[in-house]
Amino acid sequence: MESELVRRLTSEDPDEVMPPPDSNRSLSADEIAMVQRWIDAGAAWQTHWAFRPLKLPPIPTAESLQPGQSTQPLRNPIDHFVRKNLMDRGLTASPEASRSTLIRRLSLDITGLPPTPEAVDEFLADESSDAYEKLVDRLLDSNAYGQRMAWNWLDASRYADTNGYQGDRERTMWPWRDWVVEAFNKNLPYDQFTTWQIAGDLLPEATLQQKLATGFSRNHMINGEGGRIAEENRVEYVMDMAETVGTVWLGLTLNCCRCHDHKYDPISNREYYQFFGFFNQTPVTGAGGDPQTAPNLAVPTSDQSETLASLAERIKQTEHEISVFNDSITDQQRLWETNELARLKQQTTWHAVRPVQATATGSKLSVLPDQSILTQGPAPDQDTYTILAKSPGEPTVNKITVKKITALRIDALRHESFPKNSLSFSDSGNFVLTEIEVRLVNKNDSDDGSTPTEPVRIVSAEATYEQGSHSVTNAFDGNRGTGWAVYEGRHVDRDHAAVFRFEKPLLIEKDQTLKVVLKHESVHKKHNLGHFLLSVTDLPDPKLGDDNQPLIAALETAPTSRTAEQKQLVVDRHRRSYPDFAKLTKQKNGLVKERDNLNRRLPKVMVMADMPKPRKTFVLERGLYNKPMDEVLSGFPQFLPNTTQHTPEDRLDRLTLARWLVDPANPLTARVTVNRFWQQVFGMGLVKTTEDFGTQGEVPLQMELLDWLAHSFQDNGWNVKQLMRTMVISHTYRQSSRIADEGVYQADPENRLLARASRHRLPAWMLRDQALAASGLLSPVSGGPSVNTYQPEGIWEEASFGKKKYSRDSGEKLYRRSLYTYWRRIIAPTMFFDNASRQTCTVKASRTNTPLHALQTLNNTAYVEAARILAERTLLEDRERNQQQKSQADEETDSARIDRVMKRVLARPASVRERSILLGGLKRTRQQFADDSEGALALLAVGESDHDKSINPSELASWTNLCLAILNLDESLNRE
Amino acid sequence: MIPQQANRLMNPLDQYQQHINRRHFFGRSATGIGTAALASLLQRDGFADDHEKTQAPTQRVGGLPSLPHFAPKAKKVIYLFQNGAPTHVDLFDWKPALKKRHSEPVPSSYIGDRRFSTMTGKADGKLLLAPVEPFAQHGKSGAWVSNFMPHTAKVSDDLCFVKSMHTEQVNHAPAINFNLSGGEMPGRPTLGAWLSYGLGSETDELPAFVVMTSITKNTSCGQIFYDFYWGSGFLPSRFQGVKFRGSGDPVLYVSNPDGISREVRRGWLDDIAAINELKLKEFGDPEIATRIAQYEMGFKMQSSIPELADFSDESQETLDLYGPDVKEPGTFAHNCLLARRLIERGSRYVQLMHAGWDQHNSLTTELYNQCRDTDQPSAALVMDLKRRGLLEDTLVIWGGEFGRTPFLQGDINNRPRWGRDHHPYAYTIWMAGGGTKPGISHGTTDDLGINVAENPVHVHDFQATLMHLMGIDHERLTYKFQGRQFRLTDVHGEVVKNILA
Repeated sequence: MESELVRRLTSEDPDEVMPPPDSNRSLSADEIAMVQRWIDAGAAWQTHWAFRPLKLPPIPTAESLQPGQSTQPLRNPIDHFVRKNLMDRGLTASPEASRSTLIRRLSLDITGLPPTPEAVDEFLADESSDAYEKLVDRLLDSNAYGQRMAWNWLDASRYADTNGYQGDRERTMWPWRDWVVEAFNKNLPYDQFTTWQIAGDLLPEATLQQKLATGFSRNHMINGEGGRIAEENRVEYVMDMAETVGTVWLGLTLNCCRCHDHKYDPISNREYYQFFGFFNQTPVTGAGGDPQTAPNLAVPTSDQSETLASLAERIKQTEHEISVFNDSITDQQRLWETNELARLKQQTTWHAVRPVQATATGSKLSVLPDQSILTQGPAPDQDTYTILAKSPGEPTVNKITVKKITALRIDALRHESFPKNSLSFSDSGNFVLTEIEVRLVNKNDSDDGSTPTEPVRIVSAEATYEQGSHSVTNAFDGNRGTGWAVYEGRHVDRDHAAVFRFEKPLLIEKDQTLKVVLKHESVHKKHNLGHFLLSVTDLPDPKLGDDNQPLIAALETAPTSRTAEQKQLVVDRHRRSYPDFAKLTKQKNGLVKERDNLNRRLPKVMVMADMPKPRKTFVLERGLYNKPMDEVLSGFPQFLPNTTQHTPEDRLDRLTLARWLVDPANPLTARVTVNRFWQQVFGMGLVKTTEDFGTQGEVPLQMELLDWLAHSFQDNGWNVKQLMRTMVISHTYRQSSRIADEGVYQADPENRLLARASRHRLPAWMLRDQALAASGLLSPVSGGPSVNTYQPEGIWEEASFGKKKYSRDSGEKLYRRSLYTYWRRIIAPTMFFDNASRQTCTVKASRTNTPLHALQTLNNTAYVEAARILAERTLLEDRERNQQQKSQADEETDSARIDRVMKRVLARPASVRERSILLGGLKRTRQQFADDSEGALALLAVGESDHDKSINPSELASWTNLCLAILNLDESLNRE
Repeated sequence: MIPQQANRLMNPLDQYQQHINRRHFFGRSATGIGTAALASLLQRDGFADDHEKTQAPTQRVGGLPSLPHFAPKAKKVIYLFQNGAPTHVDLFDWKPALKKRHSEPVPSSYIGDRRFSTMTGKADGKLLLAPVEPFAQHGKSGAWVSNFMPHTAKVSDDLCFVKSMHTEQVNHAPAINFNLSGGEMPGRPTLGAWLSYGLGSETDELPAFVVMTSITKNTSCGQIFYDFYWGSGFLPSRFQGVKFRGSGDPVLYVSNPDGISREVRRGWLDDIAAINELKLKEFGDPEIATRIAQYEMGFKMQSSIPELADFSDESQETLDLYGPDVKEPGTFAHNCLLARRLIERGSRYVQLMHAGWDQHNSLTTELYNQCRDTDQPSAALVMDLKRRGLLEDTLVIWGGEFGRTPFLQGDINNRPRWGRDHHPYAYTIWMAGGGTKPGISHGTTDDLGINVAENPVHVHDFQATLMHLMGIDHERLTYKFQGRQFRLTDVHGEVVKNILA
C-alpha cells in the first residue's frame, strides 16, 4: 500500500501536495526518494537526538584510526573522536602550533589577557615534557580566569547596572558579578553553580552567598514607564526568568510556546506555564521601577563587613556598659525624684492649674492625670475650648497655692494620637490659636460660667517660636482672623509654649475658678491645639524660662499615675544627671548612627524569595497577562525524564527545578553546557545553534564527541576547570590554525571538523583588555562597583535628554578590566561592539567586521593611550638597560624595540619582513613629526595619564603610531 | 584481538539532518579564497565576483541574491518617525463633530470596553475635546490640514495620507517596537535591518542604515530613544542602524586622534595592510582579506562622513527651504537635510526619530513648538527630493506609534493644561514618493476620530506595503532563528493596494 506521506509528496493536485505550493518550499526527487527508502526500511523513528538519554559513547581506538594517516599525536579522547571524523572524510589533522602561538592562544582563551613577556620566556625555556600542562594549570589558577569566564555568563544572565527602559534607574547587582568570578575561580562544581543561582535561597540554612547567587534571575530589565500595568510587567519579568533558564540550561527557546503549541517545540503551551510557575512565586508586583525591588539582599564588601562587625561589637559593649550603669543607679531614682522636685520648685515659676471642666464646641476634651488636656478625633475644622480650673496645688501633692496670678502659660505638647506624634490633627501638626480669653468665675455664677467678670487684659507675651506673621500677640488682638502658629518648615516635631502676661495680677479667691477660652477660628483646617497644659505664676514679669515644666508636671504626678512619656522622661532625666551616663549614651548614639549610615550605603542585590502563600499560575491566552485560562501547577516538561519523587498534587519549587536540571538523567543540561564552553574555547559550538538544541537546532556532526564530553562532565562531578583543561590539553586544540591549502579550506570552510585550530577575532572587550595589559596600564583592582572609563562626550546625555550625566572616572579606574565597565542598559558602553546587548539572555555573541570597528581600535582613546604607554615603556626600558646609550636610536636599537612591542602583544618577535615594514613606517613617521612638534604633543596628550617629558615628543609620537599599528594588526585582533 | 568499535546505529533521520548540515557547511565550494574575502564584510553571502570598485550610484553592495522579488517602486526609505504619538485629530484628521460636541461626555457606544493607558483607565465619562487649532483645505486634493502645519499643507498634493492606522499597543516603547520591528518586545530586527539584510546598500562608504534622533526645544514630554528601535534583533549585528550623533563626530570614532594627520594615518594603514598581506599569504585565512578591506573602508568613511555632514556645497536657497535650524546639528531640520544627502550617496534606509509628541497636558502650550520644529523640514524634504528627481524612488514616511484620544485628559476648565492620552485605535500617517499615490487620503475614522470606520490599516499591513514598495514579498523575506522562520510581519499583513501608484 502506498504511504500517505509519499502520496502527498508526489501528488499533482495543488490541494493535496505537500509542502503546499504557497509555502515556497518543495522537495527534490532525491529527497522524496530518500523518504521512500526510509519508509521501505521500516520508518525507524526515534526521539530527537538531544533529548535521548546521555550514554558514554565508545572512544574510537587508536588502532582504528589508521596509523600513518596522520602523524599527529592523540592526546586524549577528544582527539580520537575528531580524528575519526577527519579520517571518514579524508582529512588530516594539522601539526601543533608554535609555542609562542600556543601561549598567546591559551592565555587569551583562559584568562582573556595576553601573556607577559616573562611568561613567554619561561614557557619557551621550559623543556620538561609537561611544560604545556603546567602552563595550563597556572592559567586556570589565576584570578583572571574567573574574570574571563564571567563575561559570557554575564551576557547569558543579561547583567547590567541599570534597569533599562524609561528612567533607566541604577541598580547595585555587582556583588552578584563578584560572586560569579569567585565561583569560577573556586571551581564551584557546575551542579552547585546551577542550584545556587536557581534556588540558593531555598537551600536549608542558606548562606549569604547562596542567596546572593539567585541574583541571576533578577538581572532582567525593569520597566518603570508611566502608564504601565503592574501585572503586565510582572508577567513579562517571570517569562524572562523562565525563558532565560530555558536557554541557558536546556538550550530550548521557550518563547514560541508562550502563545500556542508549536509543531517544532517539544514543550507545550501548558508546560510553558508549568515552567513559568516556578518563577511566579516572588512577592514582586511589577509596579514601579525601583532598581532594588524587594526581595533584596544587602551585600557588604569585605571592608564593609569588617566595619559592620566592629560597630556591632562596640554597640553591644556600650549597651552593656549602659545596662550595668543603669543597674547601679536604679535604686537611687526615688530619692533623686524627691530632691529634684524640691530643687526645681525652688527655681520654678510655673504651676499647673487643675482643670475641673473642659469642654469644646467641636471635639471632646479629656483631662489626663498630669492635668494636661487632650482632644480626641475626629477633629473639626475649627474649635473653641473652654476650661474651668482651680488654682494649682491643692489639695494633694503640691502644697503651693497661687493666689495672685500674674500670667498664664500654655504648653502645646506632642501626643502619639496625632499624625507623626505632633501637636494636632492638622496635616502639618501645627495649630493656629486665634484668640485667648482669661477671667475669673465666682462660685455663684451659673454652671456654664457665662460672663461673670470682665476678661483680664493681656499686655505682653512670649513664645518658643512664632511662625512668620503668626506672632503670639495675634492671640489677644481681638481679631479672630489672626493667630499664633509654630510651623518651622517641616512637620511639627517639638513641643512649644507661650506666656501671656496680665495688665494687673488676678486675685483668685478660694471659691473662684479660672476660666480660659481658647479659640481656633483660622482658615487652616484642624489647626486646633491637640494636647496642652495650662500653668500660672504669681511672680512679677515672668519669663518663659527653661524647659522644666513637663518634668515638674511629671514629678508632681504620683508615679503610678504617670503617663508612659512621663515615666520615660523621669528615668531619662535621672540618668542624665550622671555625666558618665550622658557620655555613654552619646557614644552609643554615635555608633548607631554610623552603623545606620553604612547600612544605607550597602549595595542591595535583587534576589529570589518565594511568598509563603503561593501565587496561582494560569495558562495565559496568547501570553496576555489579563487573559488567564486553566490553572496549572509548577511542573516539568514531559519529554524529559522526571526523576523527582512527587505526586501531581505536590507544589514543586525552584529547588526541585534546580535538582531536576542537574539530575544525571536530564540529558540536556550537560550537553548544552559543554557545548557552550566548547564554543568559548573553539570559537564555535559543536552544536552551532548554542541557544537551540530543539528540533530546529543543528544536529551536531560530532555527536559522539559532544556526548562523551557531556557524560564525562557529569562523571567528574561537573568540574568546570577539568573540562576546560581536557579541551585545551587535546591536540585538536593545540593544532596550528594555518590553512594548509585551498583544497583543505574548501573541504570545510567553517572548520567544523577541526582539521586545524580555529582562528577568530577577539571579542571587543578582550581587545581592550589586551591593549591595557600589553601596555602595562591594566589595573590590578578587581571586584566592586562598576567604573566609567573613556567614552566620547554626550553619549548618555543624548540618549536620555540630559537626564543621565556621564561622569568619567579617573586614575586607576580608567584601566580596570572590561568586565567592570558600567553597563547602562539603554545605551551600552560604546566600545564593546558586537557584544550581547544585555537586554535579554544571549549565549552566542556575533562576530562581524564593519569599518566602524576598525575606527574603534584605531581612534578610541583607550587604544591610543595604551599605544602611547606601550611606546613609552619600550623606550624607557632601553634607558634602564644601558645608561650610556644615546637617546638617538640606531636601526639595531629600533629593531630590538619593535621586537619587544611585538612580544608584549603577540608573544613573538617580528619577522624579517615585518620588521622592515615597521622600520620603514617608523622612519617615515619620524620625518612627518620632525616638523610637527605641535601634532606630536597633541597626540601625547590623548588619555589622562601623563607622558614622560624626558622623551623627545616627536620620537614618542612616532613610536605611539607604530604601537597603535601593531595593536591593529590582523594577528593582534585575532586569537590565532 | 583488535577491539572492535561498536557498531554505531544511527537514526536515518539524524543522518539526513547531518547531511543537510554538511551540504550547508561544505557547499560553498564555488567560493575561492580570494573571492570570498569580502563576503562577511560586504554582506554578499559569498558572491563577491561582480563587485566593481567604481562607485556607480546603482551599484549594489551586499543583500540577498534572491532579492528584490519583483521590480521595486522605491529603492530608499526615509522614515520621519514622530516619537510620542502625534495627535491625529488636531493635525490631519479633521472632525467637525468633535468641535460641535466639545465638552460632552464620550458616547459609550464609541468606546465599549476598550483598554486605555492606566493614566486614563476607563474612558467612560471623559469629555470630548475640540481640535485646538483650526483646519483648512489645501491644494488640488483639498486635503484638510491644521493651521499648525502650514508647510506640510503646501505639499499636501504630494502626500498620501493614511487616516485609518491602528495598532495593538498602548504604551510608547512596545508600540514603537511594534511599528518598527513587528514585535512589541525588543529582540526582532527593525525595518532598516531587514532592508539592509535583504537589499544591501548602494554604497560602501556610508552605512546602509542610519538613525538620527532629535527633540524639540521647549517641550517637556520627550521619550527616550532606545537602541532597540534600530536594532538588528537576531540578524547579525552589522545590520543594525548606525546612530549618527547630534554633536561631536556624527559617527563615533570617525576622527583620527589628536595629532595624527591623515597622511600619518594613511602611511600606517598601508603598513598594516602590508603586514596583513604577509599573514594572508602565510595563513590562507580569507578573513585576513576581509580585515584589509575593512580597514580600507574605515579610512574611506573617515572622509565620506565629514563630507556628508558638510553643508557648504548646499545653496542658500536649499538651506532656507529647511528652515532656520538647518545648520544646527541635532535639530530635526539638520537631520532632514542629512537624510537627503545620505539617500543621494546610496544609503538604503534613514530613520529620523523626533521626540516630544506626548502631550498629556501640554496640547495648548507645546504642540505648537513641536509642529514649528518639524513641519517646515518635513515639507522641505519632500520638495527637495521631488525637484531633484529623488522622490520617485525614495519613500518618505511621517508618523508615530499611535494617535491621541479625541477626548480630554485633564480639567476642561484649565485650558493651559489640556492634554490627550494614548490612543491606539485610530491615527494618521502620511507617505510620499516611492510609488505611493500622491494627493490622496486612504481610510477614514468615525465622526469623532475614535475608531477606524473604513479601510483599516493595521501596523502589519503598513509594513507589508512598505516591503512591497521596495520590491519585497513580506511573506518571503524570512530569517530562521530559534527554530522558526521569522519575518517582519509575523504571520499577518496585507499590502494596501489602494495607495500604490
